[in-house]
Amino acid sequence: MEITTQEFKHSNLFKVKGRVDSATAPEFSKAFAKANHEGRFKLIVDMSELEYMSSAGFRALLATQRNCKRYNRGELVLVSVPERIREALELAGFTELFKIYNDPLEAVGSF
Amino acid sequence: MPNLILPARFEFLDEIRDFVAQVAREGGFTEKAIYSLQLAADEAASNIIEHACQGDSNERLRITCVMQNDELVITMHDSGKAFDPSKVKQPNLKADLSERQIGGLGVYLMRKLMDEVRYESDPKTGNLLTLIKRRG
Repeated sequence: MEITTQEFKHSNLFKVKGRVDSATAPEFSKAFAKANHEGRFKLIVDMSELEYMSSAGFRALLATQRNCKRYNRGELVLVSVPERIREALELAGFTELFKIYNDPLEAVGSF
Repeated sequence: MPNLILPARFEFLDEIRDFVAQVAREGGFTEKAIYSLQLAADEAASNIIEHACQGDSNERLRITCVMQNDELVITMHDSGKAFDPSKVKQPNLKADLSERQIGGLGVYLMRKLMDEVRYESDPKTGNLLTLIKRRG
């Protein structure tokens, strides 16, 4: 897994590539925790190049969403979720917990 | 029978998913079904590594994956603590963000994605998890 961050005025855009599973989820979580630590709570996760995500990744997204939404200080949104990953998120009942955009700039503009 | 013996560590999940995908592809499963099988096997193995083997790097996980007629049968054998997935409470998928449980999701996904999940634990021979999926 590879994760890169781009900072915008109001939000942080994360581009995640490869696979998020129990081995790589801690690194995935850490990227968001670092942003939160720096006072950034409007987070965008671009999944267009993500190949795979297990429930370990879902849990990281859930924990981050909780932290971001606390005190109405922000939100984590998803962009370009690949079909298979979207199906697994739906099965887990997670799609209603995250806004999903088709374009990263649309998400950046929403904040 | 194709079989894989690996240290019970998360960094080997990639190999487990590749192994299952290869057998499923040869067995004529669709790419969508293969993704589900990889996810189910990953969730099963992750739980065994975390709960049964509890980070003991000497533990081994023995996995078989084979087509039996039109069914893909995956077995996972370990000698760690008993971890019966049927004892894991189903998470409430309708709960609000603040109430949503972090645990139990992997077992839930595994059960939803497979047609059959069986678990046997024997103090002498260890734990055996069997996952079965029929080709649609």
